[in-house]
Amino acid sequence: MAVVFQKPKSLTDAELHYCPGCTHGIIHRLVAEAIDTLGIEGKTIGVAPVGCAVMAYNYFACDMVEAAHGRAPAVATGIKRSLPENVVFTYQGDGDLASIGMAETVHAATRNENITVIFVNNAIYGMTGGQMAPTSLPGQVTQTSPYGRDVKVAGYPVKICELLAGLDGPAYLERVAVNNVKNVKNAKRAIEKAFRNQIEGKGFSLIEVVSSCPTNWGMTPEKALQWVEEKMIPYYPLGVYKDKTEEVAK
Amino acid sequence: MAEKVLMKGNEAIAEAAIRAGCRHYFGYPITPQTELAAYMAKRMPKINGVFLQAESEIAAINMVYGVSGTGKRVMTSSSSPGISLKQEGISYIAGSDLPCLIVNVQRGGPGLGGIQPSQSDYFQATKGGGHGDYHLIVLTPDSVQEMADLTALAFDLSDKYRVPAMLLADGTLGQMMEPVALPEEHVNRVEKPWAVTGTEGKRKHNIINSLYLVPEQLEEKNLERYRRYKAIEENEARFESYMMDDAEYCIVAFGIAARVSKNAVVALRKEGIKAGLIRPITIWPFPKKVIAEAAEKVKAFVSVELSMGQMIEDVKLAEDCKKPVVLCNRVGGMIPTPDQVIETVKKIAGGNA
Amino acid sequence: MAKVTFQTDLCKGCGLCVAACPKKILVIAKDKINKKGHSPAEMTDQSQCIGCAFCATMCPDCVITVEK
Repeated sequence: MAVVFQKPKSLTDAELHYCPGCTHGIIHRLVAEAIDTLGIEGKTIGVAPVGCAVMAYNYFACDMVEAAHGRAPAVATGIKRSLPENVVFTYQGDGDLASIGMAETVHAATRNENITVIFVNNAIYGMTGGQMAPTSLPGQVTQTSPYGRDVKVAGYPVKICELLAGLDGPAYLERVAVNNVKNVKNAKRAIEKAFRNQIEGKGFSLIEVVSSCPTNWGMTPEKALQWVEEKMIPYYPLGVYKDKTEEVAK
Repeated sequence: MAEKVLMKGNEAIAEAAIRAGCRHYFGYPITPQTELAAYMAKRMPKINGVFLQAESEIAAINMVYGVSGTGKRVMTSSSSPGISLKQEGISYIAGSDLPCLIVNVQRGGPGLGGIQPSQSDYFQATKGGGHGDYHLIVLTPDSVQEMADLTALAFDLSDKYRVPAMLLADGTLGQMMEPVALPEEHVNRVEKPWAVTGTEGKRKHNIINSLYLVPEQLEEKNLERYRRYKAIEENEARFESYMMDDAEYCIVAFGIAARVSKNAVVALRKEGIKAGLIRPITIWPFPKKVIAEAAEKVKAFVSVELSMGQMIEDVKLAEDCKKPVVLCNRVGGMIPTPDQVIETVKKIAGGNA
Repeated sequence: MAKVTFQTDLCKGCGLCVAACPKKILVIAKDKINKKGHSPAEMTDQSQCIGCAFCATMCPDCVITVEK
């Protein structure tokens, strides 16, 4: 018998602190699998966010830097400019990347900074206990939108892939989800591509991963994944939003 | 001695940084430090270095954080309002024990303030600035020559102690031109085994971080840092004493205020008033010992500042209320004249006579 | 012939593996409690396992190793 599935070696032995059923664990594993597959653990440097994934530095076995809230793309820019031969990725949530760190996100993208950004969109601030995120859906009930997100007051959700696709800079933008086996496998392919793009010098790649937060959504893990399918994905359609990687190759 | 060249203060900082082995500069335009960024933009691409104009001061300081984490010499520069924006990043850099150089070519404040010289960021520079218990090593040049020399020293001290360093200048020093003998090329190769450079599969992963959720660990981290701060206070306080041997009136001033004060000391001596100057070259660590020693001998202190009186608090703490301390100041971009300093000293001397 | 092993003490009992299993041979063992205080997932009938690794694919905590 051969092992067909086991924990990737680019994850440490540290036990994940995430809530039961939180898909951060799946996304961590996909990132680690990409690092393993490409054989780049020894030259990869990750940048952790502020948010639920703040302690990602304990989970990835590669060198890690913990950034201030939203600043990961700027920190990654510094690292990549210092060590262009290394592989640099950020792992950020929606509050981090799409709210407080919007300027850093947009400008790293428009510079086509040769980094990989893993953007976890679960439509809520998890770490602080379930407040409205820049990506919370219209009508979504959160601690700070107790009557549902009123777009007349709080505005509309930020669609990062669509927004960044309007820039000339970024090389690759794709939105995936991790709510079922098929989507997880597709997310794995996309994340691996985002790392490969960097190795091939193609520039800024961002993978938005539509994800769940059972605890703060107030659902069972299984129900939360159904909510991803029924509510999140229709608002955040999956697919490739920009791909300059082929034209660069020509 | 190297040949002297005529340079602006801001440019002297830039060239000295390059000669100190700094190959990464991140900044955002702001008056009156623009020449520094412009110099870096011109020079860095020629020497395989990195100049990047960031989208904000916040991004610039975080790029500095990133490079410093990889173990390389790195700097940013700005002026007062921009330095306020950088405080978040500076706190993280201090909390992660990373070295770097931050240059503040001060202008008047608060708020948008003005674009003329000031020293009103003294508290911000020496008492923390951002959140948490931390210090920067703060060096205060008073000439274009020192802009260069202290830049080189700042990198060395920062690397040695793993404490971010700040060069605190002002608009006058940044803009004025003087002959300067540039420091020799030097790179102080301090081992940085903590740097994130990729594990190469040869070691456990390094983590650059300021988060400690276990309070005992965070406390110990702070205590360890303060042991380093204590060593810095004991070993690195720098100052210049000018005509202090027999002085009865001690002027304390740094930067451009010290230059004005030196003229005042000479003029006062001509009139038979024994004035002297202690010029702090580091304001953190503050040269407390020399001030305390002076307190045993002089009749009074005069703190000359381009602020509403910030350094005067450190002077009072250092001399321990042994002698009166009088403030002589201008603010808002104005600079005290030698006459103003002379009049202040004379008034005290008259009162004491 | 396939074999699925659980690192039971890492399991948080979220049930995503149970929902993903096409053969419906995984359950949350309500009568057991692991080191973390969760009722862990376990397999009811190893002989029916096809080694598809859907369970491991959906497991957020790398609890599951699959051999085939």
